[in-house]
Amino acid sequence: MSRSTLMNRGRAAASEEELYSGMERRLRSGQRGGCPAELALSFLHVCHAQSCGKCTPCRIGLGQLKSLIESVLEGKASENTLKLIESTAESIYLSADCAIGYGAAHIVLKSIKGFRDDYLEHIRHGRCVTGADRPIPCVGGCPAGVDIPGYVALVHEGRWGDAVQLIRKDNPFPAVCGLICEHPCEMHCRRGLVDDAVNIRGLKRFAVEHEGEARLPEKYPATGKKVAVVGAGPSGLTAAYYLSVMGHEVQVYEQRKLPGGMLRYGIPGYRLPREVLDSEIATLKRTGFEIVTDVSVGKDISLEKLRSENDAVYISIGAHTGQRLGIDGEDAEGVLSAVEMLRMIGDGERPDMKGCDCVVIGGGNVAMDVARSAVRLGAKSVTVAYRRRRADMTALAEEIEGAVADGCEILELHAPLRIEKDEKGSVSGIYLQPQIPGEIKNGRPTPVAADCAEVRIPCSRVIMAVGQGIDSAELAKEGISVSRGRVSADDSCAADKAEGVFAGGDCVTGPATVIRAIAAGKTAAANIDEYLGFEHEIKSDVELPEVRFSDDRPCGRVNMRERPAAERAKDFELMEYCMTEEEAHRESGRCLHCDRFGCGVFRGGRKEKW
Amino acid sequence: MVNAVIDGKKVSVPENTPILEAARAAGIDIPTLCYYKDLNDIGACRVCVVEAEGCERLLTACNNAVEDGMVIHTDSPKARKARRMNVELILSRHDSSCTTCVRSGNCKLQSLANDLNITSVPFEKELPPAGGASVFPLQRDSSKCIKCFRCVQVCDKIQSVNIWDMTEQGPRADVGVSRAYSLEESDCALCGQCITHCPVGALYERDDTEKVLSAIDDPEKTVMFQIAPSIRTAWGEYFGLSADTADEQLLAAVLRRMGADYVFDTNFAADLTIMEEGSEFVEKLKRPEGEKFPLFTSCCPGWVRFLKAHYPEFTDNLSTAKSPQQMFGAVAKSYWAELTGTDPHNIFCVSVMPCVAKKHECALGSMNDACGDADVDVSLTTRELVRMIRAARIDPSAMEKQPLDRPLGTYTGAGNIFGASGGVMEAALRSAHFLVTGEDPDPDMFSEVRGMEGVKERVYDIAGRKIRTAVVNGLGNADKLLGALKSGKANYDFVEVMACPGGCVGGGGQPIHEGEFMAAKRAPVLYRQDKASSLRFSHKNPDVAKLYSDYLERPLSEKSHHLLHTDHHAWDMPV
Repeated sequence: MSRSTLMNRGRAAASEEELYSGMERRLRSGQRGGCPAELALSFLHVCHAQSCGKCTPCRIGLGQLKSLIESVLEGKASENTLKLIESTAESIYLSADCAIGYGAAHIVLKSIKGFRDDYLEHIRHGRCVTGADRPIPCVGGCPAGVDIPGYVALVHEGRWGDAVQLIRKDNPFPAVCGLICEHPCEMHCRRGLVDDAVNIRGLKRFAVEHEGEARLPEKYPATGKKVAVVGAGPSGLTAAYYLSVMGHEVQVYEQRKLPGGMLRYGIPGYRLPREVLDSEIATLKRTGFEIVTDVSVGKDISLEKLRSENDAVYISIGAHTGQRLGIDGEDAEGVLSAVEMLRMIGDGERPDMKGCDCVVIGGGNVAMDVARSAVRLGAKSVTVAYRRRRADMTALAEEIEGAVADGCEILELHAPLRIEKDEKGSVSGIYLQPQIPGEIKNGRPTPVAADCAEVRIPCSRVIMAVGQGIDSAELAKEGISVSRGRVSADDSCAADKAEGVFAGGDCVTGPATVIRAIAAGKTAAANIDEYLGFEHEIKSDVELPEVRFSDDRPCGRVNMRERPAAERAKDFELMEYCMTEEEAHRESGRCLHCDRFGCGVFRGGRKEKW
Repeated sequence: MVNAVIDGKKVSVPENTPILEAARAAGIDIPTLCYYKDLNDIGACRVCVVEAEGCERLLTACNNAVEDGMVIHTDSPKARKARRMNVELILSRHDSSCTTCVRSGNCKLQSLANDLNITSVPFEKELPPAGGASVFPLQRDSSKCIKCFRCVQVCDKIQSVNIWDMTEQGPRADVGVSRAYSLEESDCALCGQCITHCPVGALYERDDTEKVLSAIDDPEKTVMFQIAPSIRTAWGEYFGLSADTADEQLLAAVLRRMGADYVFDTNFAADLTIMEEGSEFVEKLKRPEGEKFPLFTSCCPGWVRFLKAHYPEFTDNLSTAKSPQQMFGAVAKSYWAELTGTDPHNIFCVSVMPCVAKKHECALGSMNDACGDADVDVSLTTRELVRMIRAARIDPSAMEKQPLDRPLGTYTGAGNIFGASGGVMEAALRSAHFLVTGEDPDPDMFSEVRGMEGVKERVYDIAGRKIRTAVVNGLGNADKLLGALKSGKANYDFVEVMACPGGCVGGGGQPIHEGEFMAAKRAPVLYRQDKASSLRFSHKNPDVAKLYSDYLERPLSEKSHHLLHTDHHAWDMPV
């Protein structure tokens, strides 16, 4: 017997790894919206399999929990069973020796807290609260409910124009979304069970670039109703587009020089070129609505007047005020908010950053946008300082990687303390306090000041990308209900206690994504139409191709390629390449067509109109 | 056209033809289970799997199209084994108590397992609970359900009632009542179409045959049967007898052998219904002010339940005339009881109906107008009737036809056609014409309302008055029509609705023939009989005329109102 042996990976160990990674993938891509009790039970099975069996709570307790939850699912339990489940889990959590036991109990406790209604439904009525109407994963993930398998099939057939037309049924911004959508549709794409999610956004972009002349739906006859839209961002323009198609007369009021909202004043051109945005807006305007710019509702024209002159009003003013941290020196020359900087770029007034050392404060997508814009404006160095870890940043991983490739430095775990001014009142540096990650709250560790000295970074520009607020004060004065700065509206976009006024997008939700703003515009359009006494249906006349059976053998995902960093970092031109036709054909062929196979063929497969 | 090879046979079919159809056209049978043509092709059972060369995995023949150049093997070892295994898996979760199942001998799963020579199942049998006993006319046994979801589809797509849905999921996926916890609390119309579309014995009507047998055994009871119009088109099917042989007269002989004291005909009451409903309509036409139009027929209790649940605001549009079944019971326990000196409390009135909803209708508290007891004691479906005949070991083919009893067995061709979509409208218009003009029209003048089409709109001119009629069958079509009426997009004077596709001939209580639309085959029988009748107008029924002259006075008289009309507000949906 040797005193020490090497750990060799045997075949069993390799299979175990494969099994674990398969499980990981399955859970990540798995269908959401299933029965929570069933899921908790499956989870317990895994936990119990991991138990070594030494200790009572884990060895016996987890087993008892399984039986108890099983009895709930079998309709054999009473409400006392639920109490016993809770006290058992509580006891395992408190008394298990290692994380295998207490970790499992913790999750079970959370599941019961979060899904008490479901457990009770099983106990009282022997069934689950989750209905059969579960949309297929991608469509369910898309706030606007775009018919993704439909247009992916059309791309595969080479019917690119039809694909874009089908997208417009639910989302009038296919070109914008093809470039910058956060693609929540890809998150639970079932293809992930086989290999990797389909590159849905990339396919959308490909279709748009090959659309040719944009085809718009036929308008319904004029209704004689007038609607005013406040704010020409993605939400307002979406509402304006659908309401125009429905035959209503729409006027959009925009306070800035140009329409587009955050698409123009928040997203830099290297991600969304101005020509693309302008042409998309021009396409939307072909439905007949008008946009007046440089008019601020509440200042130049009262909301009251809009309400009296129109049959309905949609408020979609977005979240355009930059927030500040309130630290010393924030008033120094050279300190600006991300919103201000991006707005200047949007209006074509590029701030001079040549030769500057820039420090960006923040860790979201906006922080990356300003950091990468600063590089393009000629900054000598750009440092993104963030008080948490890089892994905790809310920015998309690809955005962070892109920023690094563009030459930005990520300085994680550094919280701003104060800004240093020179004798002229200009920024000369920033003091940061190193942090260490602390207790996890809401999924992210709270940063705590580390026991070490503060750090000074010399710089001439500090850009605050620490959140955006909503300029809702004027609206509040005119009787619109506002809560913590946000316009109050329900999930039908009806504004609180204001007859005929609807609201949606960032000004209701706080800063969110383009596709959520579009979804709000769509919902508002439907409900305004109904409010005006109509039932116009938005549908597409595109006939979908018959879906073919395929074996769906594992096949790599086509990712988007980008211009070389050294080249793209010098300009504001689009940095991402489009897929080739060959790539689009291959990628669209990877779609598993959940609309046609699995439950989609029976329930929730397709919503043909709204 | 695309060309392919199926089991070595070259086929050429139009694009998008399912493999199943292409194979069947070429004389190659692929077994199916959940599939139902034009209704359910969701590929749930995976029994129709076939192998296509070049594909590793199998594909379902019901919902995959033949592609050009495909080489398909429907019974390759891979396909055969998987198909067999899937049937075995289904059997491991199916209560195969065939010996005590109402569908034994008429069960898709039973014949499939037999055909595939499955004599044992390698899996342990684990059955879901059957579901508690209930008194509702529609019954469901979860332990027999094979999750084909045909019931969900027919309820959604054909009937628009949407009471079934997929409840639970994964291992516990089941069919359950949507938006309610039980059928009793649901908006179920009781059309019974889910029963006739079920491939196995998971859905069935409440069996009331024992109550009938007890009454027959009770020497105190006078047991009478009434036979609905459409029964004569279908009851002989099980015995392999044509409708010409197995008519109401042969059934009378069979029922008397079983112990019936009297065998009457619902057709008599159908003629009576026309007198009341027709007069109601003519009165409405004469004094349209303040009246609600259209007038809806009310003889179909599935339709009445549907309307009350989904469009209660139209309840006052329903004719107040009772259905023939109920008119019959009310007359039997009043007029006939007096006529024969029978104590009405000793009369046991049994109806044979093509219908499940009739079981609910006859049990309504508001349907006891003759003597305080239920006017109709038990309503049997055609299937229950057949089971009773079989249990009595009677061979109908060996029996001689016997005439029905009078006076409640006398009827006209107009009453006879009540069993098919359009029949009530046609019969009503024949008599309405007489009531308005004093003259009989050509009895075939209104024949355009016949046929299986879902919605038939016709405008007739009666004495210079345009009568806008619509005839609807299938609740999905009724739903659309009510929607159009509600939004003001349609206007009619008189509308006939039958809940089941094709009318009562396609009723949810009729014999089940897997995958066949029987209404189209049964309806012509009724029209043939009508054509051959010497009497083709309800107002010419001599015994109905006598009923009025001796007892009721005239249509819509006070007595008629008491016995033959009902208040549709007397009960609520769900009951």
